[in-house]
Amino acid sequence: MENTDFFQGYKGRSLDVLKKFNVRVWGQAEMNTTRGEFKGTILPRSSNDDDEHIVMKVITGYNIGIDINTIIDMKEVGYKKANYAIPEKQFPYTEGLPHVKLFGTGGTIASRLDYRTGAVIPAFSPGELYGAVPELADICNLDTEKIFAVFSENMGPQQYIELAKAIGREIENGIDGIVIGHGTDTLHHTGAVLTFMCQNLPVPVVLVGSQRSSDRPSSDAALNLQHAMKTAGTSDIAEVLVCMFGPTSDEYGLLHKGTRVRKMHSSYRSTFRTIGDTPVAMVTTKGVTPIKKDYNKRRNDRNVIIKPYFSDKVTMVYYYTGMKPDVIDAIVDAGYKGIIIVGTGLGHVNKEIYPAIRRAHAAGVHMYMTLQTIWGYVQMYVYDTGRDMMAMGIIPAGNMLPEVGYIKLSWALGQTDDPEEVKKLMLTPINDEITEREPYNGYLVYQGGVPEVEDFIRKVRK
Amino acid sequence: MKNQFDPYSNYLATMKKIGYVPRKEATQDDYNRIGFMSGLEVHQQLLTKKKLFCHCPAGIFHGDDEYDAEVIRHMRPTLSELGEYDGTALMEFKTKKEIVYRINNENACTYEVDDTPPFLINREALDIALEITILSKFNVVGEVHITRKQYLDGSIPTGFQRTAILGVEGEIQLKNKVVRLIQLSIEEDSCREISDIGHRRIYKTDRLGMPLIETVTYPDMVNPDEVKEACDYIRFLNRSTGKVRTGMGAGREDVNVSCKGGTRVEIKGVAHTNWIPELTHNECYRQWSLLRMKDELLNRVKDIDAWKIEYAYLDLNEFTNNYPAIKYAKDNGYKILAVNLKDFKGILSWFNQPDIMFAQEISDRLKVIACIEKPNMIHSEMKEQVLTEADYSVIKKHLSFNDEKDAIIVFWGPEADIACALETIEERCKMAFQCVPNETRKSFENGTTIFERVLPGADRMYPDTDSMPIPLTKEHIDNLGKNIPDDISDRLAQFIAWGIPEDTYHYLLSKNLFPYIKQAIESGADPKKAGVLFGHNLKFVEGHYNQAKGFTYARIVEMIQFCLKNNFQSPLGEMMLPEVYQYPEKDFESVLKTINFKKYSKEDLISKIKVLSSEFDKEARVNTPKNKTDWVMGKIRPLAIGNINLSELKSLVENSIK
Repeated sequence: MENTDFFQGYKGRSLDVLKKFNVRVWGQAEMNTTRGEFKGTILPRSSNDDDEHIVMKVITGYNIGIDINTIIDMKEVGYKKANYAIPEKQFPYTEGLPHVKLFGTGGTIASRLDYRTGAVIPAFSPGELYGAVPELADICNLDTEKIFAVFSENMGPQQYIELAKAIGREIENGIDGIVIGHGTDTLHHTGAVLTFMCQNLPVPVVLVGSQRSSDRPSSDAALNLQHAMKTAGTSDIAEVLVCMFGPTSDEYGLLHKGTRVRKMHSSYRSTFRTIGDTPVAMVTTKGVTPIKKDYNKRRNDRNVIIKPYFSDKVTMVYYYTGMKPDVIDAIVDAGYKGIIIVGTGLGHVNKEIYPAIRRAHAAGVHMYMTLQTIWGYVQMYVYDTGRDMMAMGIIPAGNMLPEVGYIKLSWALGQTDDPEEVKKLMLTPINDEITEREPYNGYLVYQGGVPEVEDFIRKVRK
Repeated sequence: MKNQFDPYSNYLATMKKIGYVPRKEATQDDYNRIGFMSGLEVHQQLLTKKKLFCHCPAGIFHGDDEYDAEVIRHMRPTLSELGEYDGTALMEFKTKKEIVYRINNENACTYEVDDTPPFLINREALDIALEITILSKFNVVGEVHITRKQYLDGSIPTGFQRTAILGVEGEIQLKNKVVRLIQLSIEEDSCREISDIGHRRIYKTDRLGMPLIETVTYPDMVNPDEVKEACDYIRFLNRSTGKVRTGMGAGREDVNVSCKGGTRVEIKGVAHTNWIPELTHNECYRQWSLLRMKDELLNRVKDIDAWKIEYAYLDLNEFTNNYPAIKYAKDNGYKILAVNLKDFKGILSWFNQPDIMFAQEISDRLKVIACIEKPNMIHSEMKEQVLTEADYSVIKKHLSFNDEKDAIIVFWGPEADIACALETIEERCKMAFQCVPNETRKSFENGTTIFERVLPGADRMYPDTDSMPIPLTKEHIDNLGKNIPDDISDRLAQFIAWGIPEDTYHYLLSKNLFPYIKQAIESGADPKKAGVLFGHNLKFVEGHYNQAKGFTYARIVEMIQFCLKNNFQSPLGEMMLPEVYQYPEKDFESVLKTINFKKYSKEDLISKIKVLSSEFDKEARVNTPKNKTDWVMGKIRPLAIGNINLSELKSLVENSIK
């Protein structure tokens, strides 16, 4: 073992103090300080924290920090290293249950403590998962593969392509359903990209995450995992789905199309919502209840089509009042080939940037209009300004969500540069990224405080 | 059953056998004999505007049905930081409870239901807590680390309480000894339970997240009265800062008790310190009794590992007992089972607590762990027999019951809970061979307790990954240390020095009146009289009049200063007090009018005495000097009060009638 392992996370002055008194991390220490005596086990320190304190766990189980400037004397009187591991139990095989593959990408779906950062790191093997959520064994036979471990915000083209290929491989090998554990921040980006990259799916591909890490007793991870496994193993919806809590209560999950879902709250459990439509289905540990009638059905063939293309020359511009043309110019000068504009209202930007849009168009940049309002359709015929913009080469993207627009344009430009080809790819929906109609119940943002809403919330948990 | 065995006589006999002594008769020798040992965890809410980790207002409460929304959660055990599952955690998970939280928008936000991460800790609360840490002579930590303490009973929606140690190793000075303190922590308060029936437990979230401190003592107390004394001391100390909440539920304590050879058992949520002596006394004897019962069982059963329960489902056509609870069970389609406890004869009726037999420990666990509501069982050793001869013959068909040696339990419940119930019965019986189970118990006013849950260990602590450590600089600690009040033991010594009667101390400290008395004395008041005014008169007024909203104790000091300035004499203050208490806005002159006080000079009084004296001479039938003095005093006293010292008045009267 290297010397530094004895002082996990300590640096600078606090490291000097530990070395001076010959006390290691996991050592049981007795300290004499100007604030009195302290006894406990020295713990690793998060490397982001300062170098002025030493962390110890006292006998009652609490952690405290000691200011190194108060330490008069310290000695190690014992040593006991903690072994942090979720109990591994052999995931049982049950004849007759569906076979599900779980791909790990990182995120908080199953995790344990990382002392270096003080944050949680994923735990993953089937044995560990079974140790933490034994109910999974009643749902399916499970196999897992950790494809990579990145935080949700670090997912990118390379990971998308790898994931799509892995899905193709697994389907060809005859799996009954696939679950992908994923950080929640960009879960909907991945939902969209997999919809475009993995077409003609014969089995469900279910993306799942958790809003509360599984190191918490009230985590949504265990229930989300059960819902996702149930969906992957038994539902007849052969699409890319996002499976997360419906209400914030532990009641049921919702299955959203990967192309119509969005994370709508930074921390709520029920953060994922289908936008402009209803979710595909509801799910409990007992089974899946479809909400929509028309979805792609499960098949026995293995004829999945993997289209692992992605251009990294696409960007998004979120319009704001007072935007200057140089912003667009800079993007074009940097070599970007596609821009998703996120416009106001029905799809507008101000006249001041028109010249820049003309220049971009002339440079062959593909531009599509999406909406800051999130809900609704781009409509560029209503006002002259909209018509002007279309004349300058901006193409309205219907009710495609901005993030989905970005993903789709990246995917399209990964295949072709031809404006007509790109336009055809962009405007031909693969799975409802643009819908022909918005149902009345596709937009429900209720306002708290209104008596009828309060009444509804009190009677029906949301 | 035809045998001669009478369960109640057995209860009495075992009570005698273990040497139970009622608390009123118990001496220190009795407590030494059974090895009484007790420690405290004293909780105190802090007086802050907002909650500890969010910006909801603190101290706004609502009724059980005043809620805007409900949220449902289930709790799953997770690993502790040291990689182990906690015992309670696993037990709570076994119970598979559905937890419902009622949320009122006025006092709870998305933080309380764990849909928003914590905000930075409330510095107002942290500083109050630090002040008390310094006051309790703790070693103050260098850096505060927020820790998660798991609670899977649902009392906190996250499944853990955010808590942090501020100091370790403190002490308090009681009358006759020093009690050592283990630690002081700041933590968020939990939900209040509305109901817990079957598999559904309902909480409200108004109290959740309010700042609280917990002071933990070493188990240094060796008799029940000492526990109460220590508890009062800590509560008074907390109150002496004037920055803590008072009233129902603002201070609560958990009391840890064990006997020689016993186990640390935690009596939770004791609402009144007056309950402590009886509760700790009974708990210590309960443990003592369980240990003697264990000896008895070990005498009877050689291979305790092989001991297990024997059970059978009863055919409802055969089993015709018409006990109301059994009828209820039948009507609800419950399963009814008989369980044979080999060699347990006389154990179910073994003395446990006053008027409670051992069988209750099994029934308690059936309720808590298997979620079967009480009454959930009958047995062969009830005070009033419920099982009939016919029942026994049915049971004997299925079980090898030997009525000379064994005991029978008949219990019922929904089919889904039966497996857990059987496990629970066997588990509790097997523990009877081993030790006193590690558990927390709920307290009742009559001094008895019932099982609440398995006592959690240190394994349930986990660093809070949502919070950063908070350094405590020397400057900050020194600044806080400058303004702390005097120690309670110093205040007691001062009361004695001032000659204030001892029977006022408890009241004066519990209301934190020391600073006001001190101020009154500094203004020139007589120490003893000031003490009596606050300790006796104010106490009486508080018990008999309604306090006005704007009333503060400082108003009494102003009243005393007013009297001193006008050279009014006692007991005028005593007479003004009810008025001031009810109408603190009223100026003191108006108060004097209300109580019909008029100013008289000494000369005025002397002339009035003379008039009265001649009146008495005319009217009196028996005119002795004593009668005359008494009569005149009676007439003049109401007029004289406040204007002249009453002993001086008496000598005036005596002199003028000579």
